Amino acid sequence: MKQRRQGKRSFAASALALRGAVLVYVALLVLIPVIALLFVGLEGGLGNVWKALSSPIAAASVLLTLWTSAVAAVVVTVMGTLTAWVLVRYRFPGRRLLSALVDLPLSIPTLVVGMAILAMLGPNTLLGASLEPMGFKVAFAHPGILLALAIVALPFPVRAVEPVLMELDPAEEEAAATLGATRATTVLRVLLPPLLPAILSGVMQAFSRCIAEFGSVVVVSGNISHKTLTAPVYLFGEVEAGRPAVAAAVAVALLAVALASTGLSRFLEHVALRRRD
Amino acid sequence: MGIEVTNLTKRFGDFVAVEDVSFRIEKGRLAALLGPSGGGKSTILRIIAGLEVAENGSVLLDGERVDHLHTRKRDMGFVFQHYALFRHMTVGQNIGFGLEVRGVASRDRRRKVGRMLELVGLPGLGNRYPHELSGGQRQRVALARALATEPRLLLLDEPFGAVDAKIRAELGRWLRTMHDEINVTSIFVTHDQEEAMSLSDQVLIISQGRLEQVGSPVEILDHPRTEFVARFVGDVNVFDGVVRQGRAEFGPLAFPIKHAQDGAAVRVVVRSYDFELYPDASGPATVQRVLPLGDRVKVDAIIDGLGPISAQFPRSNPFAEHVLPGTRVGVGVSHARSYTLQ
Repeated sequence: MKQRRQGKRSFAASALALRGAVLVYVALLVLIPVIALLFVGLEGGLGNVWKALSSPIAAASVLLTLWTSAVAAVVVTVMGTLTAWVLVRYRFPGRRLLSALVDLPLSIPTLVVGMAILAMLGPNTLLGASLEPMGFKVAFAHPGILLALAIVALPFPVRAVEPVLMELDPAEEEAAATLGATRATTVLRVLLPPLLPAILSGVMQAFSRCIAEFGSVVVVSGNISHKTLTAPVYLFGEVEAGRPAVAAAVAVALLAVALASTGLSRFLEHVALRRRD
Repeated sequence: MGIEVTNLTKRFGDFVAVEDVSFRIEKGRLAALLGPSGGGKSTILRIIAGLEVAENGSVLLDGERVDHLHTRKRDMGFVFQHYALFRHMTVGQNIGFGLEVRGVASRDRRRKVGRMLELVGLPGLGNRYPHELSGGQRQRVALARALATEPRLLLLDEPFGAVDAKIRAELGRWLRTMHDEINVTSIFVTHDQEEAMSLSDQVLIISQGRLEQVGSPVEILDHPRTEFVARFVGDVNVFDGVVRQGRAEFGPLAFPIKHAQDGAAVRVVVRSYDFELYPDASGPATVQRVLPLGDRVKVDAIIDGLGPISAQFPRSNPFAEHVLPGTRVGVGVSHARSYTLQ
């Protein structure tokens, strides 16, 4: 009896040690670097961050990153919600392939994504060359950036909406129809409200992913300051040029946006799953 | 008047879910679609509601064809097996949904929702969410939601299938009482024959997509028209027999039979309560098991040369005390039905 209790205690002790070790491990890899960045970035106070951001090139690059990320996030979320709908509600040949394709951007190096876009739409390609005379320039222009962001962010909204959609009972939509609701009313009143937190969470995840994107953008955007230079690429340039203080200040700004976006996404996920039975 | 369907047929690929089904239910009646699972009962109900499209046949509500109408225009209340309540809406919003999409003013809607909550015995629960209610309560809300718009027909698909046995019986009785109060023509699907027999005015037996028999519960119980119905309804024993001299003989037993040729093969169906067992040391059967079931006793026995039978009789029968596993008993048949085999 005594032996067994001792066994239990040593088990509890090892469980405690494991929890502690995991906590230290994650803190070391995630929390400490973030704190270190804050120290460096905020060395000269918030005023310094503001000063770094208000240089015309920095401001243009941050604004470019914010608006392209917002547009890409909204687009991939609208399409991602439809993709999740198709994956959950239909059984068809090629469905598993579709599901695998959705996850593909997670496993391809983003530089490769950029190269793929150039291979498809670069100025020396058939498609790119034929689009350009029509005034539609993709590579080294905003459409290229948007395309790259849409590709790398594509999986997030799909995987955010899919589990919540799976929990919805199609009978709820049938019930709405028997009660006299049109399809539009059913979508707006019955289908979307329970999905909305997941959809918004998808937007936030996609947005966080987009503002962080470097690899594909650096290849396709051409990095022309004031025009196609995004914040992460600008930040990299500052580090390369030996101005780590400015880079750190911009990094702090990006970090703040990312944290806010992720926090909101986590909160919405919590809301989305709360009303399950 | 009431609901009438004619020649309904529905296939899913090669599978014939509903085959040429026609029936009519008079206004104000409560009818049960009864049959084994997967037999097409729910499909018939869903075709009537417009949730499935039949390949063939028509649906008439009060003499008017409705099968070309969209579900939302059919004015039929539908109660789903797993409630299908809108999870993000309160109970009150759920019940008021049909009124809301019809443009009923919010004040009138609130009043009606309050009345419906009282009708289903859940007054004051309007602000709860579905996940805060028990299964039985949720099904009452689903019913209130279906009835709030005063539909011309109420359809219930295995309405008590998701709740436990005790609540199930209670909900069933309550449904009958409520039906008698509001008198809306209703059809419910069930695979539970006791539920069908005890609640409905009219029972429709469905098997493998076909309508086997329509009748009052008593008609179905006393005059099963097909072998399937005889076997399906009640606790029965089935034997293969041969006709000899106006009697169907099966093992050591025999039963008078009309309209059958000598030598014809027949299938004999005997209800468990139509066997008579009596103590007889030289009888043809040995008792295997004795199960007291409340006011009745169920006895499993083996008849020499025929096989196992299941019999039931009242516990008040003095014989009940003398039936023990291992005793030899005599077997009589007070009533049997026979169906000629093709």
